[in-house]
Amino acid sequence: MIEVKDLYVSYGAVQAVRGVSFTVADGELVTLLGANGAGKSSSILCVAGAIKAASGQVMLDGEDVTSANPEAMLRKGMATVPETRDVFPDLTVDQNLTLGAYVRRGDRKGVSEDRERMFDMFPRLAERREQAAGTLSGGEQQMLVIARALMSRPRVLLLDEPSLGLAPAIVDKIFEMIAELKAQKLTILLVEQNARKALQVADRAYVLRLGEIAGSGTGQEIAGSTDLDALYLGG
Amino acid sequence: MDFAIQFIINVLSLGGAYALMALGLVLVYGILKLVNFAYGELIMVAGYTLHLVGGSPLPWLVMALVAVVMAMVAGLATDYVAFRPVRAKSVTAVLITSFAFSTLLQNGALLFISPRPRSVPLPEIFSQSVMIGGIPTPMRDIITIIAAVVLLGLFAWLMQKTVLGIAMRAAATNFTMARMLGVPANLIISSAFAISGFLAGVVGILWIGRIGTVAPGIGLEPLLIAFIACVIGGMRSLQGAVLGGFILAFIDTTLNYTLSQDLLKFRDAFTFSLVILILLWRPDGLIKGPASGQRT
Ligand SMILES: Nc1ncnc2c1ncn2[C@@H]1O[C@H](COP(=O)(O)OP(=O)(O)OP(=O)(O)O)[C@@H](O)[C@H]1O
Ligand SMILES: [Mg+2]
Repeated sequence: MIEVKDLYVSYGAVQAVRGVSFTVADGELVTLLGANGAGKSSSILCVAGAIKAASGQVMLDGEDVTSANPEAMLRKGMATVPETRDVFPDLTVDQNLTLGAYVRRGDRKGVSEDRERMFDMFPRLAERREQAAGTLSGGEQQMLVIARALMSRPRVLLLDEPSLGLAPAIVDKIFEMIAELKAQKLTILLVEQNARKALQVADRAYVLRLGEIAGSGTGQEIAGSTDLDALYLGG
Repeated sequence: MDFAIQFIINVLSLGGAYALMALGLVLVYGILKLVNFAYGELIMVAGYTLHLVGGSPLPWLVMALVAVVMAMVAGLATDYVAFRPVRAKSVTAVLITSFAFSTLLQNGALLFISPRPRSVPLPEIFSQSVMIGGIPTPMRDIITIIAAVVLLGLFAWLMQKTVLGIAMRAAATNFTMARMLGVPANLIISSAFAISGFLAGVVGILWIGRIGTVAPGIGLEPLLIAFIACVIGGMRSLQGAVLGGFILAFIDTTLNYTLSQDLLKFRDAFTFSLVILILLWRPDGLIKGPASGQRT
């Protein structure tokens, strides 16, 4: 499980995250909500090892992994879908997926099975396997980034706004997929602009405001007690 | 007709050497976004290794292999000595340490070997000629062309088909994302330096094969050539480096053929003027390459 204690993240003089603490238990789906600039992505990237903590602690299964390398975090079973939709533009769809399975590249059979599973899940990607990822539409790139993260067979998945900029039908599909992953006991930390949908699938939620935790509770509690629209207007 | 054949062979052999030099430089640049100023010294290391093992009874190909391996070791040493300790800290620091490492290697050669050029063993074939289309053509040009074709093909295969190559290309566009997929930063960087050293080693032997001797300052010209070729082709793309190498060779060869004897000593001034024109037209180089991520 993930345990974040009193985490601070700064970019030069800007303090993006100020004393945030939260936990995600094994098999739990926890969502982080908050207005633009609240510090959600910074928190996720820090847990993933992509940026260093100024202070505080990140624990994974009781082990202190504060400011570990991103590659070490992946080896420990944590995969990340960053919000910046980072496909490798000059690599093909297939090659992007190959890299997703980098740490288990010895397991050729398993990797090619997983690749076909991803193509079943996202048929649009299957049609474009030999195409450079940079030429995919925004939504297709988002599908690719999610599929690529799953190729490592993670135990823990960090998802930063997986539905950003996608058509409603695809958003539904992504949430179906998230529910399915949850049913398979994957531990998930989800950041979403679509708070209603996120709260429907989440076990628990935390609300971030200006880099601090402003509230927490089960999905229903937060949905009932918080004015969701105000949440995203920075309220 | 004779002239055309001769011209083409000249451009291809010079261009092949330039392209390999540029590839070795841009490979490290792509991943670290830093120019390795000690790159020319890898060629020097290959040359001196060949000089030092020259007295031994080993077959020449084995000596050449030892020289290439030493260039790879020197490449890896550049990473460990000049880059790794200060990589995360600042760009300026790495520029200075790579300069310092370059100077260190050169001074080592000055001090322990000699400031004067030293001969290197070369097989007979390097000084032989064959008749192509009725024109005597140096075998070393043909060898250079063959070596360039083989190495460029091998390199393309490595970058397209192997997981390591794909990971290196990914690291060149977005290093952090590649690391978030479990690609180890140190492995990728060390591989880039080793491959860079390999290319420098092979090209070094071919380059020295033209001159026959090695001196402490021998690396400067290849470094400049590689750098200019990368700038012409576009610093962000591997194809660009190869294209830039051949274009630079085309310019140099054309000038060699057309300039009169008095003007020939100013050839580099003409070359640089043309390079400036190309850059005015295409400031980012001829091939853009994918939008690249931040330096890591
Ligand atoms: N690389 C950076 N350099 C400087 N400041 C940054 C950087 N990244 C984020 N910030 C700042 O940190 C704060 C938190 O940003 P963060 O991206 O974590 O917010 P967020 O909650 O994910 O917002 P959004 O919903 O818009 O994605 C913002 O004020 C932002 O301007
Ligand atoms: Mg964000």
